[in-house]
Parts: sequence; structure tokens; C-alpha cells
Amino acid sequence: MEKKWEEMSSDEKQEARFQKWLSPEGVEFFSPEVKQLYKERATRIKDAIQLKKLPDRVPVLLIPSFFPAFYSGLTPLEVMYDYEKANNAWKKFYMDFQPDGHFGCVAPGPGRFFDILDYKLYKYPGHGVVPEHTYQCNEGEYMKADEYDAFLQDPTHFFITTVLPRIFGTLEPFKQLPNLTTINEMYGTGITFFPYGLPDVQAAFKALLEAGSEALKWIGYFGAFEKEMPGLGFPSGQGGYTKAPYDILGDTLRGTRGIMTDIYRQPDKLIKAMDKMTPFWIQKGVAEANMNANPLIFLPLHKGADGFLSDEQYKTFYWPYLKKILLGLIDEGVVPFVWAEGGSNKRLEVIRDLPKGKTAWLFDEVDMIRAKEILGDVACVAGNMPMDLLTVGTPEQVKDYAKKLIDNCGKGGGYIMANCAFFDNVKPENVRAMVDFTKEYGIYK
Amino acid sequence: MAEDLVSVLADLKENEAFKIVEDRLSAGEEPLKILDDARRAVEIVGKRFADSEYFIPDLVYSGEILKGITDMVKPKLAKAAEVKRLGKVVMGTVAGDIHDIGKDIVVFMLDVNGFEVYDLGVDVPAQKFIEKIKESGAPIVGLSGFLTLAYDSMKQTIEAMKDSGLRDKVKVMIGGGQITKEVMKYTGADAYGKDAMVGVSLAKKWTGAG
Repeated sequence: MEKKWEEMSSDEKQEARFQKWLSPEGVEFFSPEVKQLYKERATRIKDAIQLKKLPDRVPVLLIPSFFPAFYSGLTPLEVMYDYEKANNAWKKFYMDFQPDGHFGCVAPGPGRFFDILDYKLYKYPGHGVVPEHTYQCNEGEYMKADEYDAFLQDPTHFFITTVLPRIFGTLEPFKQLPNLTTINEMYGTGITFFPYGLPDVQAAFKALLEAGSEALKWIGYFGAFEKEMPGLGFPSGQGGYTKAPYDILGDTLRGTRGIMTDIYRQPDKLIKAMDKMTPFWIQKGVAEANMNANPLIFLPLHKGADGFLSDEQYKTFYWPYLKKILLGLIDEGVVPFVWAEGGSNKRLEVIRDLPKGKTAWLFDEVDMIRAKEILGDVACVAGNMPMDLLTVGTPEQVKDYAKKLIDNCGKGGGYIMANCAFFDNVKPENVRAMVDFTKEYGIYK
Repeated sequence: MAEDLVSVLADLKENEAFKIVEDRLSAGEEPLKILDDARRAVEIVGKRFADSEYFIPDLVYSGEILKGITDMVKPKLAKAAEVKRLGKVVMGTVAGDIHDIGKDIVVFMLDVNGFEVYDLGVDVPAQKFIEKIKESGAPIVGLSGFLTLAYDSMKQTIEAMKDSGLRDKVKVMIGGGQITKEVMKYTGADAYGKDAMVGVSLAKKWTGAG
């Protein structure tokens, strides 16, 4: 009899998740050959991450931002609003370059959904950014310095009545919504609900329903893409995503300046808020891994990069909470696919403190020789193909760099070739050189 | 007491710094002198950053403290501060890019190190740079950009300087997350910097102050 999930070790859970991903249910493969190709690719990635078996060659992954749109002659604006065009462009990108996995057609996002809700957190094509550019965050304090207590008392209510009205113009009337955790006796209950009758609140809800319909329409396309790509031989490299608690608070709630001053002015509250967020974001990662039958959960790291925190601050405010998230995922057999954006040279010794074969670390700027030396026996290292080379370099330069990466990091397995940051307008011939060279030179004999 | 303010601010002791400023103001001290001490303290913060003793949060926090001190001192200032400046710098994040944190830190550090900075903000079209360079006569231009899409905006901005006959009159430095020597060559800039203090050193070198 099969072991119950609760009785399995984290090793067994991870293996079970990988097996599901290796033989995905409900996928119609284009041909038996493509089915075989899918299995080879997924196994290659699995072996590189688990550090148990030498893969047949160095896996190569491409994680684009809007490159597929540019490559198809489309603007970011067009693919944000025309979901079919987006799917076609992303499919063409993966089919033409043939990396070992795909990362969904997620970058474009549903443009009309954001329009309906008057989204203020980002500027995006047609809304503060020209059609040819990508969306960018409007840095700000969407949670104010004196709002930690309200957040800590009830984060959900705080989000509904304070954060949402700030980031979605249309939902401003939500400021008036009652806290439903005080629904109790019949006596008084009617009073709690009257705000739902206010004309502006009702208008906000109507807009929310319309936005929901648009998101549903978009997710239909998104889901179809997720289903089609494995059938064409591409395992999904991203079953969902989660984040480091410091980034969750720093990126879009307190803002960069806000959180950096909190470190000095109210460190205890900052720590409490990160503690409060942690279980929500572990649960999110596990739930998405379950829903998509994919062990790989993406974790983009931002504000813990070299220089953005001192070593001491990193060890106090960043790593302990990131580690809780990572271990929470690992316990459930989920594989955190961490993308350390920015520099990581000062962080390597700290992040080494993890169980073996459970994480992959995609690096942006780092001395990859040291990264491999320090992390090599604990985690798969990945990435580091520089953005400047892909954008303004030549295929020869890209190949030279790829050769160094494979020579330095590929030895004994445990390396995945990938771009160092999301890419937009790079030269297609450079992307091709990176993939083709890895396939040729990265074979383990 | 002057040294007290310089050292407590350089050590980022916010409350102590405010207390000293309060005491000095109520003792009737010349507000400009207080501001000058504060500026000297933040210069020390910049040096500690360059020596890897301080990090970005320290720079940001020192800026917050300085802002607090300026707010306290301002109402007592008789006239606008006349500070001797090392030189003029035009700064901005290039067209299509709205990232401002890195740019703001460079502006702040150039300012406390004695430069007069014309901060054009974010998503700045090439033409606006040209106009400001002409109007101010600034010999130094700083272009910031976080996105790789900014490479082309930087290149176009520098080309626009050539077309306006300004390229030989200014030194151009670029900076941002994905900026390297390769990108410097591509855009036609004179130099690039990985952090704010490199920007300050370049500006000092170019004005003969370094």
C-alpha cells in the first residue's frame, strides 16, 4: 500500500512530486518522440537539482520578460491585451529556441483587468509607459510607517480596506468595508452589513466582478498554454511563486526607503510583520505546487542583494525569514527555485545553511566559481549569463562565457545554464548561441 | 558641539542628532553652520559606504535624518543657503524607465559632496537633457537606467548630445542595475559606475576636485 502523504519524509515527498511532473496527467503529447524529449528534459533538470545523479548534460533554461513579444514583432502593449497573440508569441519563442523547459505565458498579464481596476501600483504600456516598454513598479509606501499595528492585528482586513484602495483606484470605496470577523449574534449583525449597500461600494463590487471575469478569460488562455507546452516537449519550470518576507514588505508595501528606515526606527515591528506573513507565503507556494502538479516554485529575491543590506542586517532581517519559507516548502517536498537578483557574493556562506539537493539558486551577479565552491555540495547553482552580453554582445562572446560557466560550474552536475535576469530586447542570435552551445558543449561523457 | 553633531549623525543616531540640533538652535546658533555640520556628517557616511563599512540602508537613513534636520533648521534660515559648489551635474533616469532609487541616491551623494545637481526625474526624454545642459552649462551628465531597455535610451540621449554639438562639452556617466563596461561602450558614455560613490569620484575627477 502507498504511504500516506503525512507519513512521507520530505525526501519522499519531493520524489513523489518530481514523478508526477515527469509523467504529467492529461497531457497529449505531439508524438512519442516528443514524449520522450519531455521526459529527458524533465529528468535532466531533476538530476541537476537533486545532486544525486549526473545529468546527461547541462540543462539550459530561458526565462524571458517581454522578449517573446519583441521576437514576434509585437509590443508589450499588444500582448498585454491580446491574449491569443501573447500565447502564439510565447509558443513561437519556445519552439524556435528549444530550451529544456518553459516558464508560462505569464509576463504579459491581463491588460484589461488592470484597466478596469485602475491599477496604480505599476505603470504599464499605455498607462504611463510607452507601448514598446515593459511595466514598472511605482515605488511608494502603500502601507505607512504607522500602520504596522493595524497590519499585525488583521492582515486580511488591512489589505481589503487599506492596501487594495490604494493600489486599485476603482476599489477606493472598500475603505468603508466592515471587519467580518466580528459577525456574532443576530443582534447587531444588520448594522455590520449596511456598507455593502452604499452606492459607491456597490459600484466598486460591480467593477470587481467585471475584473474577475476578465481574469477568468485570461486564465483560460494562460491555462491552455500551460497544458499545450508539455505536449510539445517542454516541462514547466514554474509551478507557482512565492517570496522572501523582507521583499514582500519592502517591494510593494513599505517601499525601499520605507523598509530601510524601519530597520532603524521600528525593527521589532518589521520582524513581527515578517513573521506574520511567513505562513501565508509558504501556504501559497505549496498550494500552487499542488494545483499545478509541479514541484518547482519560483522565488525572485530583491532587497537582500549585496549592498542593499549589511551582512549583519541580512542575517537579522532577511535570511532567517527567507529560510523559514524555504524550509516550509522543502518540508512539503516543494523545490524552491530561487532567483537571486542583483549581487550575491556576500550571501553565499549564509545561504549554504540548507539541506542538500532541495533548492536551485539562479544567480544574477556573482563570482560563479566561488558560488559553485561554496554551494556546490548543497544546492544546484544556475544562471549568470550576463544581460549586457545578451543585449549588446556577439554570439562568440556569449559562447565564450557559456563555456566558462560550464567548465567552472558544470563539473559533477548541479548547474543549470540560464539568463541572469529577465530579458526584453536582447539579440536573438545571442539567445540561440547560449542554448545551442550548451546543448553541444554541456554533454557529460 | 559641532563635532558631536557630525559624529552622531555619521553614526546614524537619529534622536541624539535631533536633540543636538534643537539645543543648538535654541542657543541661537547660526542655522547655516548646523546645516554645514550635517552635510559634513553625511559626507562621512558616503566615505564609509565607499569603504564598505556602510550599505544602502545607511545612506537612505542618513538622508532621512538630514531631511529631518533641514526641516528643523529651515524656518530659522534668514536667506537661502549660499554654498560654494564644486560644479554642476545634470542627472536623470532615461526615457521609458521610471526607476528612481539608485538615481536619487546618486543625486543625494553628489549634493552633499558639494555639487549642484539638476535632477530631471525619471522617464526623461533626450530633448529635456539637451535643454538642461544648454541652460545650466553643466559639464557633467549622469544617465540612470535599471531596465535593459534603457541601454537604447542612453545611446539615443548621447547621440542627441552629438547632434546638438554638446557631446564634446560634457562628460557622461551612466549607472544602473545591468550597466557594465560593454554597455558603456555601446551607449558611447565616458564612464560607468556600480554605485553612488563611484559617481561622486567621477564627478570630482572631471571637475578637477578629486
